[in-house]
Amino acid sequence: MADQLVDAKGLNCPLPILRAKKALKDVAVGGTLQVLATDPGAVKDFEAFCRATGNDLVESKVDGKIFSFVIKRTS
Amino acid sequence: MNKDSNTKSMSMIVTKGTLDWAYPPFILATTAAAMGLDVTMFFTFYGLTLLKKKLNLKVSPLGNAAMEMPMFGMHLGMPNLVSAIPGVDAAATVMMKSLIKKKGVASIEELRTAAVESDVKMIACQMTMDLFEYRLDEMIEGPVVGGAATYIENATKCDINLFI
Repeated sequence: MADQLVDAKGLNCPLPILRAKKALKDVAVGGTLQVLATDPGAVKDFEAFCRATGNDLVESKVDGKIFSFVIKRTS
Repeated sequence: MNKDSNTKSMSMIVTKGTLDWAYPPFILATTAAAMGLDVTMFFTFYGLTLLKKKLNLKVSPLGNAAMEMPMFGMHLGMPNLVSAIPGVDAAATVMMKSLIKKKGVASIEELRTAAVESDVKMIACQMTMDLFEYRLDEMIEGPVVGGAATYIENATKCDINLFI
């Protein structure tokens, strides 16, 4: 289980990223954040977001129509 | 301006103030800020209306041949002659706002608040303020007033510069 959870289901670009960024501030360095989304564009976007911010995307998976991302805060 | 040399930065000239054209600048600004970029938005001409406290944004199908609304399982465009009829702009605006809500797209107010909260720097064009007789007290808190030189100085330091 991740340390924090953001439910961004039903939200469209760029809201899942904005909600994740906001929540990531409250995650301790080394901690993890799970984001749930239904926006298929979020897959590429979370990869890009993590590359640009230097955080680790430790998990990206899809279950039916729900995408799940786990981000590890690195700094 | 750059906090340090590793911080990427983006600037934007925002020139349009309709409901549809308000989206690209605010989506890009909030996303770039979330990705750690320093962001500056320069609001000029019709873009300046996006800084007003009370937003009343509209969309018009007139002269917008690419505008197709999903309806009855297909996409409907509108001939200019129909678009020009009074009330059609209002109807198109209502339809667009309902689609925005239905599809989980953020409102412009929400994106603008997010931009302010993530320290996006906003510059209101002094010349446009004079031209259209806008007052700073009609605008949201935060924007500074400046001119072309203020923008250019900032843009020379940015990695990305966009005109929208």
